[in-house]
Amino acid sequence: MNKVTFKTDLCKGCGLCEEACPKKIVKLNPDKLNAKGYNVAEVSDEDMAKCIACAMCARMCPDCVITVEKN
Amino acid sequence: MATVFKKPHALTDKPLHYCPGCTHGIVHRLVAEVLDEMGIEGETIGVAPVGCSVFAYDYFNCDVIQAPHGRAPAVATGVKRARPDRFVFTYQGDGDLAAIGTNETVHVGTRGENITVIFINNAIYGMTGGQMAPTTLPGQVTQTSPYGRNVATQGYPIRVCEMLATLDGVAYAERVAIDGVPGIMNAKKAIRKAFETQKAGKGLSFVEVLSTCPTNWGMTPKDAIKWLKENMESYYPLGCYKDKE
Ligand SMILES: Cc1ncc(C[n+]2csc(CCOP(=O)(O)OP(=O)(O)O)c2C)c(N)n1
Ligand code: SF4
Ligand code: SF4
Ligand code: SF4
Repeated sequence: MNKVTFKTDLCKGCGLCEEACPKKIVKLNPDKLNAKGYNVAEVSDEDMAKCIACAMCARMCPDCVITVEKN
Repeated sequence: MATVFKKPHALTDKPLHYCPGCTHGIVHRLVAEVLDEMGIEGETIGVAPVGCSVFAYDYFNCDVIQAPHGRAPAVATGVKRARPDRFVFTYQGDGDLAAIGTNETVHVGTRGENITVIFINNAIYGMTGGQMAPTTLPGQVTQTSPYGRNVATQGYPIRVCEMLATLDGVAYAERVAIDGVPGIMNAKKAIRKAFETQKAGKGLSFVEVLSTCPTNWGMTPKDAIKWLKENMESYYPLGCYKDKE
């Protein structure tokens, strides 16, 4: 399975990754804040199977939060 | 597992201080990706401006000097002439490059200094709280143009890329935009081309990057990208304005 990981403490909840994902599986979690106080972006475990490892989310992220691995 | 994307080595681990969704971070990363890909991190010297990117020295793993407001091209000229074996780039906003530093910008071009200038055009002064810049669009509301920029009293925006392309010392000038992933890929190609131009010793290489300032535009980061696409790209057409053989 492809894998997208988020350095959540760096996330600023800007949502640009959400918009960029062609599979619409990157989402801001309304119930989860990081230490900076931002709602963080994530991909749920069940959605991860839909990831095509295109790295669109990561390329759009201004804060280098996202790492993408292909398998 | 093969890594498809990770933070480039030429960026440090320091968290960026930029506002959420500010495209400065994306352009920093693109410069760093190019340094990684060309393998020149250890032989590159950057010059940071005054403006939101004043702390760029904390973010790049290469050496970076911070210049007085608008003077980055003058500082970079000195660095490059003292160390012609190094890659030298400046990273400047539109208040820095097109207002207080216009003189330096024009003359670094006309002298054909063999350096690379990365120009962030976000149509506003970011750091100081959103005042009108020379690049502010006609009708655009800012802190100092609350009724919209009036060209009758405040003049017209400067198209820096087109202006510099007329100078014989300028080897490469291209305008790109952070308006989505394809635009980001294109911007990276232009930044790579600029450093290659410097490597070939052809003269000044200049990349203007249309960028967003969600905070001072008063928009969400997503809306800011949309606004850039719909408003800035018609006034500032994307494309290559100069590519010397
Ligand atoms: C000599 C001098 N004049 C004025 C200032 C105030 N000042 C700080 S940043 C800035 C403009 C920043 O705008 P820009 O270059 O567009 O960069 P941004 O913050 O938008 O990235 C100004 C006028 C200063 N620091 N030094
Ligand atoms: S790698 Fe592509 S498909 Fe996977 S989460 Fe990121 S944008 Fe979506
Ligand atoms: S683009 Fe980056 S900083 Fe913005 S929400 Fe996504 S992961 Fe967080
Ligand atoms: S003020 Fe504008 S340019 Fe400066 S960091 Fe914030 S969004 Fe970016």
